Amino acid sequence: MKIDIKLSGVGGQGILSIATVLGEAATSSGLHLKQAEVHGMSQRGGDVQSDLRLSTDTICSDLIPHGQADIIVSMEPMEALRYLPYLHREGWVVTSAKTFVNIPNYPDEQQLMAELDALPHVEHADIEALARDNGIPKSANMILLGMAARHIDILTPDSLRTAISRVFARKGEKVVADNLRAFSIGYEPK
Amino acid sequence: MNTILLLGDEAVALGALHAGLSGVYAYPGTPSTEITEYIQKHPLARQRNVHSRWCTNEKTAMEAALGMSYAGKRALVCMKHVGMNVCADAFVNSAVTGVNGGLVVLAADDPSMHSSQNEQDSRFYGKFALVPILEPSDQQEAYDMMDFAYQLSEQTKLPVLMRIVTRLAHSRAAVHVGEPRPENALAPDHERTHWVLLPGNAKRQYASLVGKQADLEQRAQLSDYNRTEGNGQTGVIACGIGYNYVREANADDITLMKVSHYPLPAQLVRNLAAQCREIVVVEDGQPFVEEQVKALLGSVYPVGGRLTGRLPRTGELTPDSVAAAFGLQAETFFKPATNMAARPPQLCQGCGHRDVYAALNKVAADYPQARIFGDIGCYTLGALPPFQAIDSCVDMGASVTMAKGAADAGVFPAIAVIGDSTFTHSGMTGLLDAVNDHANITVIISDNLTTAMTGGQDSAGTHKYEAICLALGVEREHLHVVVPLPKNMEDITRIIRQEIEYQGVSVIIPQRECIQTFARHQREKKS
Repeated sequence: MKIDIKLSGVGGQGILSIATVLGEAATSSGLHLKQAEVHGMSQRGGDVQSDLRLSTDTICSDLIPHGQADIIVSMEPMEALRYLPYLHREGWVVTSAKTFVNIPNYPDEQQLMAELDALPHVEHADIEALARDNGIPKSANMILLGMAARHIDILTPDSLRTAISRVFARKGEKVVADNLRAFSIGYEPK
Repeated sequence: MNTILLLGDEAVALGALHAGLSGVYAYPGTPSTEITEYIQKHPLARQRNVHSRWCTNEKTAMEAALGMSYAGKRALVCMKHVGMNVCADAFVNSAVTGVNGGLVVLAADDPSMHSSQNEQDSRFYGKFALVPILEPSDQQEAYDMMDFAYQLSEQTKLPVLMRIVTRLAHSRAAVHVGEPRPENALAPDHERTHWVLLPGNAKRQYASLVGKQADLEQRAQLSDYNRTEGNGQTGVIACGIGYNYVREANADDITLMKVSHYPLPAQLVRNLAAQCREIVVVEDGQPFVEEQVKALLGSVYPVGGRLTGRLPRTGELTPDSVAAAFGLQAETFFKPATNMAARPPQLCQGCGHRDVYAALNKVAADYPQARIFGDIGCYTLGALPPFQAIDSCVDMGASVTMAKGAADAGVFPAIAVIGDSTFTHSGMTGLLDAVNDHANITVIISDNLTTAMTGGQDSAGTHKYEAICLALGVEREHLHVVVPLPKNMEDITRIIRQEIEYQGVSVIIPQRECIQTFARHQREKKS
């Protein structure tokens, strides 16, 4: 069993924290893992992405080939669309619905969302608003991880919760609790 | 044995520490920076007092590491590929002197130029200097190879070049790690005939270096890191991470020769050629092995790779391009989106470089002939909208010297924009040239008190820039320090105008801490 996850967003949105939690959960579940990250120049407000491959068997390439991603998890809707050629026919797109407009030629928002909604397997939510309304404004990315977790069968939600506790432990109990709650909000929508 | 998740860079760092490293010498550069940072933070390095402070540039790093090797201890030099150009003099000559304690030179290449100005392949430097080259294919090998590299270096008495690429440097995987070895004891070399490269000695040393080549090739031929799998009709030579992409493609009917240890073992290549109908070379970077294989096998034997178009001539390898080389086109199910725009990186909101460019653009509007020579760092982003403020960006330090050359030719105003860390890396010597020549240039040292582009490492000259400029001969009345904030815009533009009009070298230092490191320091204070 294996799963290829494409994580995307804009530099500074916190996709590497999602990757860290997934990586931690995968390792403690005894899975093989490869995670190609973007460091350096592209982190300054540009598009960023990370390829995360989890498998019960050995993984060869650090990069996901075209047409093979099982899920695109994105902190920004246009950045979710950027990687469509990597998506498998049955693959899911799970993304924040909140646009991040820091370029003058950002596409029309309605058309963008229409293109997103036309995909066969897509879920989006304004995770920033959800996080704000629940009093955990810094945990939007863990809401997104919760949403994505429903499509990542290779990891149990408990293994992800344990990973969140471990990854955020040094930031204190409140941060851990906030992020666990965020995960649940994404994982178990009302 | 422990298993931990490590970036390729971190695997190199930990491998070196466990091999008994006594010092890492480096200048930050993507994708190599995390090696030194990992060592700086590691408890074992602190406990052993392993040297890990950043160096001023790659040449000072290389020479200091050679000094540590001379003293009998194991040293590591890390840099991005273009850093090899900066330290080339010391690197090439270190093969002629030879080493005492193990010396590993790590070059992190950046095919596809994710964060670079060119795609040069550091393996050519290894061949040029006649030293062994190692090229790990994954994180585990990156860790394991460091111990091997130090042994190889001490056995052959040569520096060993370790070459990695961005996709290994910045990709994480589980690595099984062992126990640390003790450091070497202090044991300075006393063989002056090796180390004093006067022509008489150098000739002997160079002949000895050339004489080692057969042994180096024999070692590569017997190396566990070079091996052949399968027995199909198509021979594939897969170097470094190219091996992973070939495995991923899962092509039929191939004999796969993995190469991670050079010099290229000619006999293994000949054996492969005899067994197969053709050879495909899969290597990230430039056609380093492909050219050698063609030379070995002659023009009749079919060899494919980047030179023949079987793989793209430029850019990093991808699982898709490698699969396509074997006729296995990836099936795609979704077309690229139509509602899409490029999102280039940009200067942070609130960054002092923004105010510098706003001021420069304001002044330059009154001087249509003005040329602004840029340099390497965050402020290179001033080339993009909304500023579009710089006319060139070539290599570390070139802003100052290109402005000088252009001014010599008659360009006026000729303005250089250089960051603080880049200035100490390679700008100071150029400024001395300009002062000595009384060149008519205006130099802006945009000082954010850090090496920001690579993540905020210490900058070698922090709080010393005025003193450095004065010592190099810049006149006191033409040296200004300003604070780049919108409220000071009038002052700053007035000073720039005034110094453009001065016939000689002027230096303006806009000085304000990088907002990223500022925020980090505030957080550290709180916790």
